[in-house]
Amino acid sequence: MNLDAKIPSGPIAQKWDKHRFDLNLVNPANKRKYEVIVVGSGLAGASAAASLAELGYNVKCFCYQDSPRRAHSIAAQGGINAAKNYQNDGDSVYRLFYDTVKGGDYRSREANVYRLAQVSVNIIDQCAAQGVPFAREYGGLLANRSFGGAQVSRTFYARGQTGQQLLLGAYSALSRQIGLGKVKMYTRTELLDVVLVDGQAKGIVVRNMVTGEISRHSAHAVVLATGGYGNVFYLSTNAMGCNVTATHRAYKRGAAFANPCYTQIHPTCIPVSGDHQSKLTLMSESLRNDGRVWVPKSPDVAEKIRKGELHPSNVTDAERDYYLERKYPSFGNLVPRDVASRNSKEVCDEGRGVVSSGLGVYLDFADAINRMGESTVRERYGNLFDMYEKITGSNAYQNPMTIYPAVHYTMGGLWVDYNLMSNIPGLFVIGEANFSEHGANRLGASALMQGLADGYFVLPYTIGQYLADGGPDNRPDPDSSEFTGTEDEVRSRIDKLLSIKGKRTPTSFHRELGQIIWEKCGMARNKSGLEEAIRKIPELREEFWSNLNVPGENASINQSLELAGRVADFLEFGELMCRDALQREESCGGHFREEHQTAEGEAKRDDENFAFVGAWEYKGDQNEPQLHKESLEYEEVKMTQRSYK
Amino acid sequence: MGKELNLKLKVWRQDNTDDSGRFEEYDAKGIDTDMSFLEMLDVVNEGLNEDGKEPIAFDSDCREGICGSCSMVINGVPHGGQQGTTACQLHMRHFSDGMTITIEPWRASAFPVQRDLVVDRTAFDRIQQAGGFVSVRTGSVPDANATPVPKEDADLAMDAAQCIGCGACVAACKNASAMLFVAAKVSHLSLVPQGQPERERRALAMVQKMDEEGFGSCTVTGSCEAVCPKQISLDFIARMNREYGCALIKKGTV
Repeated sequence: MNLDAKIPSGPIAQKWDKHRFDLNLVNPANKRKYEVIVVGSGLAGASAAASLAELGYNVKCFCYQDSPRRAHSIAAQGGINAAKNYQNDGDSVYRLFYDTVKGGDYRSREANVYRLAQVSVNIIDQCAAQGVPFAREYGGLLANRSFGGAQVSRTFYARGQTGQQLLLGAYSALSRQIGLGKVKMYTRTELLDVVLVDGQAKGIVVRNMVTGEISRHSAHAVVLATGGYGNVFYLSTNAMGCNVTATHRAYKRGAAFANPCYTQIHPTCIPVSGDHQSKLTLMSESLRNDGRVWVPKSPDVAEKIRKGELHPSNVTDAERDYYLERKYPSFGNLVPRDVASRNSKEVCDEGRGVVSSGLGVYLDFADAINRMGESTVRERYGNLFDMYEKITGSNAYQNPMTIYPAVHYTMGGLWVDYNLMSNIPGLFVIGEANFSEHGANRLGASALMQGLADGYFVLPYTIGQYLADGGPDNRPDPDSSEFTGTEDEVRSRIDKLLSIKGKRTPTSFHRELGQIIWEKCGMARNKSGLEEAIRKIPELREEFWSNLNVPGENASINQSLELAGRVADFLEFGELMCRDALQREESCGGHFREEHQTAEGEAKRDDENFAFVGAWEYKGDQNEPQLHKESLEYEEVKMTQRSYK
Repeated sequence: MGKELNLKLKVWRQDNTDDSGRFEEYDAKGIDTDMSFLEMLDVVNEGLNEDGKEPIAFDSDCREGICGSCSMVINGVPHGGQQGTTACQLHMRHFSDGMTITIEPWRASAFPVQRDLVVDRTAFDRIQQAGGFVSVRTGSVPDANATPVPKEDADLAMDAAQCIGCGACVAACKNASAMLFVAAKVSHLSLVPQGQPERERRALAMVQKMDEEGFGSCTVTGSCEAVCPKQISLDFIARMNREYGCALIKKGTV
């Protein structure tokens, strides 16, 4: 397998400029002779589809939701980073680049991250021009807030709904192109496989989720913007429909899957309340600016709280352990996400958790309310407190909030080169779906930045090179044997899912898989646990294919069938994730191996042996996948141990 | 764990758009008051699935009140009647033991039922495609701070822009009017300087498309505002009417 990242030569600040000049262009009059498929309509997909159509390409865009406006980018709360230096506080492209490489625990590609920081400034201009109602100061200029992992104020926001407003901006650009007839939009349509012709990605097979119709679509190139795989854990902050099918199907067609073990666990989510729980809800990281995280010092006191015999306000200060402030005096409650999450797990494992399940810690605003008054706290966080009360029924002005970590984002994804093309020619992967610029840990407010950077400002240039090289005739007939053959495989898979008629529901398998992954490949991992998971998952998969019950038929809306297909892919993918976590004998970012920690219990990297991207090649269902390594070279940033003490 | 409830559900079942549909009754037993309304339906659906019966189809995705997928009328009220709350954020602690709960899809001729509680809301997308945008090419834009926007205008634009496009306003309206939805978009873009060049075109095109899609007229009953999960103000309808009127005058048709 060829993992040539195609990083341009020259000084880092000039690589992207030089590369853009070196890329072949498609003549404006020829662009209309090309067709591009974009799968997904979130920030990356919608911005790419709109920008490609503006350039003159014909675009087909697909999403599983009933409208492209509903993609899960919409749920991002906090903001989007950009190196605008509008605050005059010393920010620069180089600083954003540096913070992102460091935040990613030195497991990302320097050249990609630098380009991301460069185009970040264009994104804000673009969104403002679309009419995105960013927060403003009284002078009419854009406001900023600060976010974890940075010492400058570079985050742009629109109340607590930044993702929504940016997505609606991209959706409006997409809508305009749909209206102009340059984008053909397919809603409630799910990708079920990728079609390769002569080793190149030339189309997809999809299912119309209303009629069950299976159809083939051919194009000059295929772009996957299908998001992350967090739902492999069953419970996550992802939307119910988020799935790994598109990227996993591409993997099974030969695309390398990179760093699947890198998952981000967000520290401030609302704890699980019972077995019925269908998803988890995030509370913005910004709460940690004023809330203090604590649990009782003694497990006995925690036990009384769990039984409802003791109210937290009656626990004296001497009996409380503000463990983040104690262990990390300089960053305190604002340590990065991975550090905060691991510490919550640790105190709960010690029996000091405070919700009935034992899996929850306090985020207490009592001191903030005493210091600033309730009205100031309400002004800053009112919408979050309201949301918390809606879900839990508890008033966080009177009782401390309870929080616990939850799966939130996946840094791993399909391997791509500097052009965002996978190792399959013609298959481009953008946004969370690729293995991205976040290394082993993503900083807050960087996911929106990456999605829009890829879609607006990177892919529209880089795809031109591939298209120009292939020429307008390089588009196969959708009736060719490659297409019909793939369609037959898709159909027989659906028939199989419907015909098992066993006893268990797709959800029950999904929940069981999620428990295995959360326990063995969650916040802390170890060799024996991962080996156990790698043993258990195939057993569960076997039961799935012999004891699944999907009622109904294919030819109508059948949500059990949709879920069954996604769970089938998660059952294969989960194993790959555990294999990757097992091979990575170090701790870095979101990947914490218990065997590899410092004396103080912090993540211990092994730069000598693991400064590489781990990219997996599918070798058939009966064989183990093969690991390939792309080594990471650091020319600009010196690798150091992250310290937040 | 909260308390446990035993409930009766009367749910609209319809196989497809052509089917005439009917109510069917289900028991929802041992429902934890900490569950969301949709999690309660998940429990009922798991039971149906285990019995080899087809689960109740309903739309949901983010389950945190922002994607606008969920769309059901609960006891006669879109999203169930808790102010500023989508069905996915509605929790069972607001219901009492032994209740009968009636669950129906959005009902409007512009939103045909596709199955059970799932409706086709693509008419909303087509209204956006008619003019709900600023015509600006990727890359051909000035620096974001080159055009200051007064904070009051930006805040008011944001009040309108937070519409999630769920369609509850249409479902609540006796005329199935989409005025609040269209007004939110027209108002948002008319309040920011970037939206000015296409201000009149946009208002005319979006209103025309709304009428073509078969939504009813607005008689300002305010039922839309009452059920809107984002509490979008009726004032925006007045604003859109002004935008539309001014556009007609400028065009010389009045």
